[in-house]
Amino acid sequence: MDARVRRARRRTTRTAWVLRLVAIGYVLGLVALPVVSVVQHTFADGLAPVWDVLTSDDFLAALRLTAVVAGIATVLNTVFGVGMGVLLVRYRFWGRRFVSAVIDLPVSISPIVVGVALILVYGTYGWFGGALEDAGVRVIFSVPGMVLATVLVSLPLVLREVVPTLEEAGVEQEQAAQSLGASAWQRFWRVTLPTIRWALAYGVALSLARSLGEFGAVRVVSGSVAGESQTLTLYVNDSYQELGADAQRQAFAAAFVLMAIAVALIVVIAALRPKEERS
Amino acid sequence: MSLVAQVDRATPSAFARGRRPGELTGGASLGLGIGVLWLSLLVLLPIAAIVSTAFEDGLAGFWDAVTDAEALSAIRFTVGAALLVTAVNAVVGTLIAWVLVRDQFPGKRVLEVVIDIPFALPTIVAGLVLITLYGPSGPFGINLVGTRAGVVLALLFVTLPFVVRSVQPVLIDADREVEQAAASLGASGFTTFRRVILPTVTPAVLSGAALSFARALGEFGSVILISANLIGQTQVSSSYILKMIESQEPVAAAAVATLLLAVAVVVLVELDVVQRRTARRG
Amino acid sequence: MNDHATPQSSPEARSGIVVRGVHRSFGDFVALEDIDLEVKPGGLTALLGPSGGGKSTLLRIIAGLDYPDSGTVEIGGRDATFLPPQRRSVGFVFQHYAAFKHLTTARNVAFGLEIRKRPKAEVRDRVRELLELVHLEQFADRLPSQLSGGQRQRMALARALAVQPEVLLLDEPFGALDAKVRKELRDWLRRLHDEVHVTTLFVTHDQEEALEVADEIVVISQGRIEQVGSPAQLYDHPANEFVMSFLGPVTRLGGVLVRPHDIEVLTDERAGAVQVEVTKLLRVGHEVRVETRAQDGSTPWVQLTRAQVAELGLVAGGTVWLRPLVATPFPADSSRTPEPVPA
Repeated sequence: MDARVRRARRRTTRTAWVLRLVAIGYVLGLVALPVVSVVQHTFADGLAPVWDVLTSDDFLAALRLTAVVAGIATVLNTVFGVGMGVLLVRYRFWGRRFVSAVIDLPVSISPIVVGVALILVYGTYGWFGGALEDAGVRVIFSVPGMVLATVLVSLPLVLREVVPTLEEAGVEQEQAAQSLGASAWQRFWRVTLPTIRWALAYGVALSLARSLGEFGAVRVVSGSVAGESQTLTLYVNDSYQELGADAQRQAFAAAFVLMAIAVALIVVIAALRPKEERS
Repeated sequence: MSLVAQVDRATPSAFARGRRPGELTGGASLGLGIGVLWLSLLVLLPIAAIVSTAFEDGLAGFWDAVTDAEALSAIRFTVGAALLVTAVNAVVGTLIAWVLVRDQFPGKRVLEVVIDIPFALPTIVAGLVLITLYGPSGPFGINLVGTRAGVVLALLFVTLPFVVRSVQPVLIDADREVEQAAASLGASGFTTFRRVILPTVTPAVLSGAALSFARALGEFGSVILISANLIGQTQVSSSYILKMIESQEPVAAAAVATLLLAVAVVVLVELDVVQRRTARRG
Repeated sequence: MNDHATPQSSPEARSGIVVRGVHRSFGDFVALEDIDLEVKPGGLTALLGPSGGGKSTLLRIIAGLDYPDSGTVEIGGRDATFLPPQRRSVGFVFQHYAAFKHLTTARNVAFGLEIRKRPKAEVRDRVRELLELVHLEQFADRLPSQLSGGQRQRMALARALAVQPEVLLLDEPFGALDAKVRKELRDWLRRLHDEVHVTTLFVTHDQEEALEVADEIVVISQGRIEQVGSPAQLYDHPANEFVMSFLGPVTRLGGVLVRPHDIEVLTDERAGAVQVEVTKLLRVGHEVRVETRAQDGSTPWVQLTRAQVAELGLVAGGTVWLRPLVATPFPADSSRTPEPVPA
């Protein structure tokens, strides 16, 4: 009788097993194994050569530039995401849906197209580029252009996390605060911001991950000069294309660093997600 | 004067300014102005620049640019690969979402995290990652560098999470009793899946597939290393655009870029329509 | 099942449910303990009990949505213990409707017939017939989201009846509806059953619902059957204190459980009466709840009409004597031990 009970309760076991194996096999073969093999490849000759790469001037310059560009871009996107998120959720104005659609557009198009678009406006022969250069501001093949490109490819990430939380929270708490005499600024700091803090943290983590890893758009607008306008992702690409054992080692070491940051961010993101869902 | 306005006027304190909910205040208007200016400089103007450059030499110039043999083969290959990848994702992504929601096994949490890696991993690293395993010195002796299969593999890698992450919440919310109702009405497991579960998740599959199609169409970073950028074979549209802009041919670059842009807009609009229709069904 | 039948099953096709020695536990929690139950063919039986008492588990085991650790289930004389739900010939109605949201009302009802690949014309006729039966003819082309809760539940019932099940199982069918609709649907279910006569078993935690609708009530608590009987039997002759207190209001007078409307209020002392002080008169609609305190510290209460209160001249602080009108059917200390149940 016992065996029959067990069989009856798990009537779909065989199908479930097949599905489970296909899912695990696919993810393992496509993602997990390649990632593990990169780690193994990076440390194939031990720690010392990797350490040499990580302390080289070009690598450190690239790391610094990546941090600067991604940092500025994330700050800009956070301010924009929260501000625009509040406006989109709390206010009704003409063109609201259009604005919302425009914000989503850049992440859905090729990063190369994003880069080319920036060149056509801010490049030397672009719409504004000449005038800006006369004024002494160089955008393309310089840090501002790289920041703009990075901002574009991660534009909606904070906003899209914040908006549902704002919608769900509704306006009642803010109205309650208003009836208690809180000013707009106080309402934002004391009511709105604490309500969206987990969604915001999640969005910032996503935005940071995307900014650190941007390659295509930055590739178009940077010029990628080692030690000057080379971010980590460009460093990986340029090193790999150079061929030769040393260059390969540089590519893998830098890739490993980027991967480690990415995995750390996913873990943070995964840790943030349940909190966000609970609130 | 409307009744609402009279009530507003009669109510002191919080509504002293007579503002109805949702109406822009001075501060909000300023914020909106700055936001829209930022969006214009960042998104609208550059996009306008692309489109206007594409048609700089008129419609004929645009047509010549996108029907150039090299451009055409890059576009054909990119669209074909994106379609193939999207189809695979629609099936496998739904399957993985199903397993993540309905199955219980040790290591499921790890699988959850691994699924997110393609989103977080820089694309250039993703390319490198795939080459290590499926490149010339890979352990399986399969070398996909310079092949179309290699490009498809890279696209599958970077688009893996789209369908999974879009279907997963729908399956979590799905009412299990509906499936039990189908079973008690005589539907087999497969029939229940086809007639009850599939219609429920289809909008989510479509929106995940649309996002994955848009992404595959514009992908660059993960593809360049494994594709080896062979003209007429493994060159994708993004690589072609980059090559054109670097060889000072902005019209050729902008024309293909406009084409990609148009497809992205169509996909986004389609997505919006699907989502609205689903929301109505409730 | 024959192809040309109407929703009404013929009397000889009626089939009952026999449950023998069913046991089901979830980890350490025993949901059902040695359940023996016979549901008479063609009847309308209620499984009544507090939530978490095992009644839904029992219903799901009968439907094949769960399986017992031990014991057997027979439907219509066939052993169904290990049959999958698809092959049991049961109709199941869920508390939250379990509507197919992407299908119209008519397609929802047609679902079971379409799966059985019945001819299109037949399906159309049956669906129309069933929609008429549940008064949803004019809603045939609406999606479930455009129906009210009561309409959705009627649709779910039509859907379950469409495949001519041998038994109809309803799990808290009116639990998600508001009080007024609930009352309407109750009457309607009663009338529907008089028309269709399919063996029906429904789960409820609402004793009023069970007393009003069912021919027979099975009281289940803590995984055991406490008593089986007709509504009148259960109300007048409860097997134990649990059944008595679950089926209606009770109060304790001189250590004995009594219904508050079965108490006689006397203005002078008589044999068997308990002296109490009136502490409060609480008017609830047309009746008055008289709260009292006895000398032993207990606080029995009595349910009277306004006229009775006026006639007796009751005021808070006054002294009266209370006497049960009917004898308690079981000893005062029988507490919760279930009696052997006559089916």
